[in-house]
Amino acid sequence: MIGFGLKVAGAVAAVAACFFVYLTFGFPPVVDTQSGLRGTGMAQITYPSTVARLRAANVLPEAQPAAEPSGEKSSAVYENVQVLGDLDSNEFIRFMTAITEWVSPQEGCNYCHEEGNLASDKLYQKIVARRMIQMTIDINSKWKSHVAETGVTCHTCHRGNPVPANIWFKPEPDSRMATYAGGRAGNQNRANPAVAFSSLPGDPFSPYLLGATEIRVQPTTALPRGQGASIQATEGTYGLMMHMSDALGVNCTSCHNTQALNDWQQAGRTRSIAWHGIRMARDLNTNYVEPLTAQFPASRLGPTGDVAKINCATCHQGANKPLLGQNMVRDYLAALRP
Amino acid sequence: MGIEYQNIFTRVQARAHPHDGIALPAGDWARDGKPFFAHLMGIIGNAQIGPIYLGHLGVASLACGFIAFEIIGLNMLASVNWDPIEFVRQLFWLALEPPAPKYGLSLPPLNEGGWWLMAGFFLTASILLWWLRMYRRARQLGMGTHVAWAFAAAIWLYLVLGFIRPVLMGSWSEAVPFGIFPHLDWTAAFSLRYGNLFYNPFHMLSIVFLYGSTLLFAMHGATILAVSRFGGEREIEQIVDRGTASERAALFWRWTMGFNATMESIHRWAWWFAVLCPLTGGIGILLTGTAVDNWYLWAVKHHVAPAYAPYMPAVDPATLPGAVR
Repeated sequence: MIGFGLKVAGAVAAVAACFFVYLTFGFPPVVDTQSGLRGTGMAQITYPSTVARLRAANVLPEAQPAAEPSGEKSSAVYENVQVLGDLDSNEFIRFMTAITEWVSPQEGCNYCHEEGNLASDKLYQKIVARRMIQMTIDINSKWKSHVAETGVTCHTCHRGNPVPANIWFKPEPDSRMATYAGGRAGNQNRANPAVAFSSLPGDPFSPYLLGATEIRVQPTTALPRGQGASIQATEGTYGLMMHMSDALGVNCTSCHNTQALNDWQQAGRTRSIAWHGIRMARDLNTNYVEPLTAQFPASRLGPTGDVAKINCATCHQGANKPLLGQNMVRDYLAALRP
Repeated sequence: MGIEYQNIFTRVQARAHPHDGIALPAGDWARDGKPFFAHLMGIIGNAQIGPIYLGHLGVASLACGFIAFEIIGLNMLASVNWDPIEFVRQLFWLALEPPAPKYGLSLPPLNEGGWWLMAGFFLTASILLWWLRMYRRARQLGMGTHVAWAFAAAIWLYLVLGFIRPVLMGSWSEAVPFGIFPHLDWTAAFSLRYGNLFYNPFHMLSIVFLYGSTLLFAMHGATILAVSRFGGEREIEQIVDRGTASERAALFWRWTMGFNATMESIHRWAWWFAVLCPLTGGIGILLTGTAVDNWYLWAVKHHVAPAYAPYMPAVDPATLPGAVR
């Protein structure tokens, strides 16, 4: 006879097991796409449900109807046009309309422009927007190693939000570090979404996407040759990789053969694109975003007074290619790829 | 019915006056606690609970273990600003970290690894004292010291990870943090840093003995349960007085795989498999970073692993002319 207690225990265990399975595993079917040499476990795993969710989240806004050329430069028609002055004035208005749809659909033109005086630079948003247009043009010409011919528009990051949804600030310094106990050795050991809820070092961005801390930690020789990278440096790199994996919705095997993560011979093409992406984020944060710090009101700054910055999730938003690789720039070539 | 027939749980609970154990020699402490019977414990083991022998070594070990536990726990609690709710929420993520690389083997400030060194010292003292206690108790019962030496094998791996290897590497920062997820992240980072630990042959051996132990334990436990109706659980008697249980068990394995262990040798198999798991593992860790820096490259060099054909290869962009850093 099975006792009543055993039956209850069995039922509790069964319910717990169901929760575990439900919360841990993806729903079948699982689509497995080979991405490396056979037998090496190089595969990308996708679920149709995830793909459908990504498709729904990455529908492009319709392109603005083509504008009849006016034959006049925007700088000749409008005052204080510093960046897109060579653009045809009608194309300029078409592009401004598109920006409003991409960045401030609720707030409208007056999010950046002073009401009644569009030429004025009174609002900080306009100064930031001007710099961001320059940045977008720069990305499309200088960073083809990462964005290829697909390029980026304001929409790639903003998606209808005045402030992109995925940004980062430097974390507050660990208040316990200055005391006698409870220091966290680099803000680590928290359930931290920046490092995919691992307990890895809590700021995977400042050292690598703002600074130029060495990311490579694996030795390239079998035997030791002098001082190598520390375990702590490895955890830092690991944290950045967790962010990339999370931001792109991919496994490690998207860029690496994990038997030898540092080997360019075994899986290099996507890794090469990612390598340029890291440098691109570093370039944009250093040369475009950080210099704007003084423009922003304090309410837009982070806990240590730093400006909102770019990481992989800013554009990718869970897709291995932002907007699933759909090209938006081709509808605005005159403005964004002059 | 099914569960009882498969004899998952112990069927027989012998009850007599509680057994106090043999008389202790002069100078030893008395045993503590009035023994009693617990039916539930009797289902999975012996129903008699206690008395327990603490002794000098036991008390000293528990005290050191308590100090280590408190240092680790209070540091974790301090790291969430003494908030008990955060402590519970974040418990799996919290840790006491070893010193930073810049401190090498020197004494770091208290809050930058000093507490870690202290916790490590007291935990090690606690473990070593407990080892001495197991050795002494076994000797006093006239037993062999097999349990103590098996425990010593585990202590070897513990010391390699937290003491011997960090000293050889010249930095406490190489050691493991105290914490649930943090020590797992350390493990992954350790393998990443040293070029994939799965290509370390001693790590391979350790895995063989780890999984081998579970396999052997399952084979042995299943065999004895299967012949228990013939008196098979009286294994030790059957070593010299081989009955039908022993004969059937032996025949079963000779028929199925051509070879059988004996009632005596199976326990040597089990002991060595268990002990070799941390022994080989400890050697593997000890060689990592000291003798070998990248296990994958080492394995390819020595034809342990094949060198795979390039697949979608790319030139390392950092080596191209004019590359940004």
